[in-house]
Amino acid sequence: MAGGLDSFDWLKDRIKRPKVLVDLSGVAELRGIRTTDGGIEIGALTTLTEIVKHPVIREHYGLLAEAAELIASPQIRNQGTIGGNVSQDTRCWYYRSGWPCYRAGGNICYADTPTGRNREHAILHAERCVAVNPSDSAPALIALDAKFVIQTSKGERIVDAEDYFIGPDIDITRLHILKPGDLLTAIRIPSTWAGARFYFEKVRDRNVWDFPLMNVASAMHVSGDTIEGIRLAVNGAAARPLRLKAVEDAVRGKTATPATGEMAGKLAVQGAVPLQFNAYKIPLMRNLVKRAIGGVEEAKWTS
Amino acid sequence: MRRSNGVLFMKNIDLRLRVNGQAKEWSIAPGDLLLDVLRREGYFGVKRGCEKGECGACTVLVNGKAINSCLMFAAQAEGSDVLTIEGLAQGDVLHPLQEAFLDLGAVQCGFCTGGMILSAKALLDRNPDPTVEEVREVMAGNYCRCTGYEKPVEAVLAAAVVARAFVPAASTVVSTFGASPHNSQAGHHSANPRSAPKSKKTDDKKRSSVLLGGQR
Repeated sequence: MAGGLDSFDWLKDRIKRPKVLVDLSGVAELRGIRTTDGGIEIGALTTLTEIVKHPVIREHYGLLAEAAELIASPQIRNQGTIGGNVSQDTRCWYYRSGWPCYRAGGNICYADTPTGRNREHAILHAERCVAVNPSDSAPALIALDAKFVIQTSKGERIVDAEDYFIGPDIDITRLHILKPGDLLTAIRIPSTWAGARFYFEKVRDRNVWDFPLMNVASAMHVSGDTIEGIRLAVNGAAARPLRLKAVEDAVRGKTATPATGEMAGKLAVQGAVPLQFNAYKIPLMRNLVKRAIGGVEEAKWTS
Repeated sequence: MRRSNGVLFMKNIDLRLRVNGQAKEWSIAPGDLLLDVLRREGYFGVKRGCEKGECGACTVLVNGKAINSCLMFAAQAEGSDVLTIEGLAQGDVLHPLQEAFLDLGAVQCGFCTGGMILSAKALLDRNPDPTVEEVREVMAGNYCRCTGYEKPVEAVLAAAVVARAFVPAASTVVSTFGASPHNSQAGHHSANPRSAPKSKKTDDKKRSSVLLGGQR
């Protein structure tokens, strides 16, 4: 257990009843932000508040600071860790309430039935389970080309951010690649995208506390008006945060304009399959991708 | 053995920490939540709300940071400095935030008030001159179901003015980490509470019990 924000939920509802619970909060080595030769390294136990306030992250990797600042409430950011935020379980309430669904080892998905409440669920890459990944920091880390450092019983393993997350096609019971005994120890962000043009937007029902209905994160190298390089990711659309490689390829070399964004948005939602109550997510994703590339045309809605 | 909230049943451990500036040593179960331990020890200003980190009624400051005490094992507070709403007033002298909440009528049932004031205190300790947006942002984790949020936000801004007026500017920028909560920078003042700006009404009766949202 890291900050415990996800774990306490399971424990208090008596849905998970572990025999042993290991609290990692005292492990100082897993905490803190270090600048390295090629970028920065963030200990997995670093709190979200520390990330939001860190001057180097704010200046060079503002995308991550922006994403982290939109997570939950100030209290939760003071307790919650970056490792926990990327490793948290899905919020599908059938699953969280302890229903014996596919993800819990059963043989049905309660959300994907004619009467299932699935407004927050997946539009892409669903397979049996339609739950989505709720992390805000994950797409930002994918856009920044972060590497996740995992300590396994066989030694250290480093994976790309997008490969840390898995969908139901690989393992329906987990959202990430950690196996029992594995520990995410640090997240390394290379300086490749430091100071690039960033865009992060999170859409949620309430202006604070809520998990995202969907979010988008992009990092672009723009010269003049031409997109020379781009990394783009959305979350809340599938069981894993999606890096939109096809869109990246399609817009590279084009101008960073709303017209390009329009094209990118349409490409991004190709193959999307809505459930009964979440068809709104298709235009939502299309527009988020459009804004991430072409910028915001109209004033952003604020409270 | 004492029921340990159903989470773990293990031998009790000793917890040493400071609460409101006083050193405490309690015997706790490893699975006890900080919220449960504080209430068991009589800090009833720490409210049990949703117990899921949604409402913020159980907010306390641990080493100057606002956290939900329902989402923290008491054992994790070992060696730390905990501030509850009980620790804000000094004797009969209320903290500027408490005065402002009373003066501006930012309290109705009072259940969320302790958490709100502590969230606000964490903000004022590091930023004595916050903007409206900063106040709203820092109070975002505290739900109120009766008064609403306008008056609490007004009260925090009013308290900030009062606190700044009575504390030397040089000491207002230092972080409170590790400092005794009683000496914290937002400070206490002995001035007439009615000097607070936008003062509209006051209720002098039973102030302390109002502030704690009732005793239990």
